[in-house]
Formats: sequence, structure tokens, C-alpha cells
Amino acid sequence: MWTRFAHPGHFLRWTQPAMPWLAGLSGLLLAVGLYLTWFMVPPDYQQGETVRIMYIHVPAAWLGVFFYGGMALSALGTLVWRHPLADVAQRAAAPIGAAFTLICLVTGSLWGKPMWGTYWVWDARLTSMLVLFLIYCGIIALWRTIEDPNRAARAIAILTLVGAVNLPIIKFSVNWWSTLHQPASIMRMGGSAIDPSMLYPLLEMILAFTLLGVTLHLYAMRTEILRRRVRTLTIREAERLDAGITPARVSVAPSPMGGAVQGL
Amino acid sequence: MILGTHAGYILGAYAFTALVIGGLILHAVRDHRAQKRALAGLQDAGGERA
Repeated sequence: MWTRFAHPGHFLRWTQPAMPWLAGLSGLLLAVGLYLTWFMVPPDYQQGETVRIMYIHVPAAWLGVFFYGGMALSALGTLVWRHPLADVAQRAAAPIGAAFTLICLVTGSLWGKPMWGTYWVWDARLTSMLVLFLIYCGIIALWRTIEDPNRAARAIAILTLVGAVNLPIIKFSVNWWSTLHQPASIMRMGGSAIDPSMLYPLLEMILAFTLLGVTLHLYAMRTEILRRRVRTLTIREAERLDAGITPARVSVAPSPMGGAVQGL
Repeated sequence: MILGTHAGYILGAYAFTALVIGGLILHAVRDHRAQKRALAGLQDAGGERA
């Protein structure tokens, strides 16, 4: 069943009707989350109103790590099973993960200035998040450097798996080293350290951001499938012109992406 | 709501987030439309020669 859903043609078919619903639900959850954040959440007894930055900073940090984790799983799919949708998923995830990591870094910096007195310190958590952003940038650049997506996929899958070693470093950096960044306060032994009046809106924002990220990812995957189909047809057209042949029709290619166009 | 002396940092963080997410959505939609157009063009070209 998984193989059936993961076939590019089937993927395009089942995601098409789901996209408007996912987009609408993402917008609704974001609207509810922003209402809670701005009108229901009390100011923090120490940080005052600046605590409102947490409701975008934490979900963005989560998505930066979440998308890299997804890319590492996709990298396994590319290397072990050579599934065409695996590297499509990987390529589509990189810019989205990079964008959320950038949001995390910038909002963290804007939160750090009034609370710590500085925009940036070379603390383990901040530095490992910056390294994650640089890895994302490297992966995006590599995708653009290697023209053949199948060749690029394998090289990038290896790089992605090597970069995955940064994920536990990000998670445990606040425990392993003495950092200015606070230790884990949501997922920790003994339960969350955040008051429910702040925790539930934060969880709602994490859910809203996650759904928005997943929606954007599915949409970008659909685009990536189309891009590969365009590439295949363009190459075929160029070969036809080189050979001076007029075919009956540019038809669906018997390539791994062949079924993709049928879903349109 | 009074954001106090740190209003610039709070509003700046939200504005930057809105800008990046808006950019992501806009780029995704434009890229998808461009690929759809290109694919339709290639298929039409193939159909006309038939």
C-alpha cells in the first residue's frame, strides 16, 4: 500500500484534492494560534512581553530540525531503496527547512538582545543551529550544481546523512555544555516546566507551523515532480531535434517519473 | 495591549517571520505555475506535430 501511495503518479493524484484542505486548516490553526498568542497568553513574570517571541521561535526551531530529520529518512530511501519520491521529498524539504531555521536564528537573536543583552553568542545551541542552517545552504547549492537530479540525489543523500549527526548535538547541546540558552523546558524528564497558560498556546502554534510546513512540503514535492517531467520532455525534444525526427507525439516517458504526469 | 520598551524586538520578530513565510508561499505558488505552464507547452508542442 505504501509503495502504491508513494508512486509519483499516485502521489500527484491523492495530494491534489488534499492541498486546499491542508492549506485552509493551516491558515485556521495559525489564526487561532496568533489569537491565543497575542490576546490570551499572559506576559511572563521575568521576561514580560518579549515571551511572545517564543511562540514563533520554538515552532520554527522545531521545524528546522523536523525537516532535516525527514531529509535524513528520505536520504535512506534514496540510497537503500532508490525510490524516486525519496529524493523528490529531500529536494523539496531543503529550502523549507532552511527558511524555518533562519526564522529560528533571527527571532532567537531578537529575543536574545533584550533578555541576554546581546544578539549573538557562540554558545553550543546557537552555534549548532547555525551549522544546521549552513548544511541546508550547502545541500541547496549542491542540488543546483549537479544538473542530473538522479546523480545529485545520491551525492546529497550521503551529505545529508553525514549532516544528521548535528541533530543530537542540537538537542543535547544544552545538557552537554554550559550554555547561555536555557535547557529543555517542554520535552524533559519530570514534565514541562512551562505554565499551562503558556504551554497550550505554544503547542497549538507548534501544530499550526508543522501543518503549514507539511502543506508547503507536499506542494513543493508536486512542483518537483513536474520539474523533472519537464526536464525529461525537454531532453527528449532536444534529442528529437538533433536526430531530425518528428515523432507522433511527445508521450509519457517510461522513466521512474513517467506516471507523474498522468496525475495532472 | 502594551508591548513596552521591547516592542521593536517583538514586532520585528513577527514581521521577519511573516516575510519569510510569505516569501516561501509566494515562491511555491509561482514555481508550481511555471512548471505547469512549461509542461503544458511541451505537451502541446508534441500534440501539434502529431
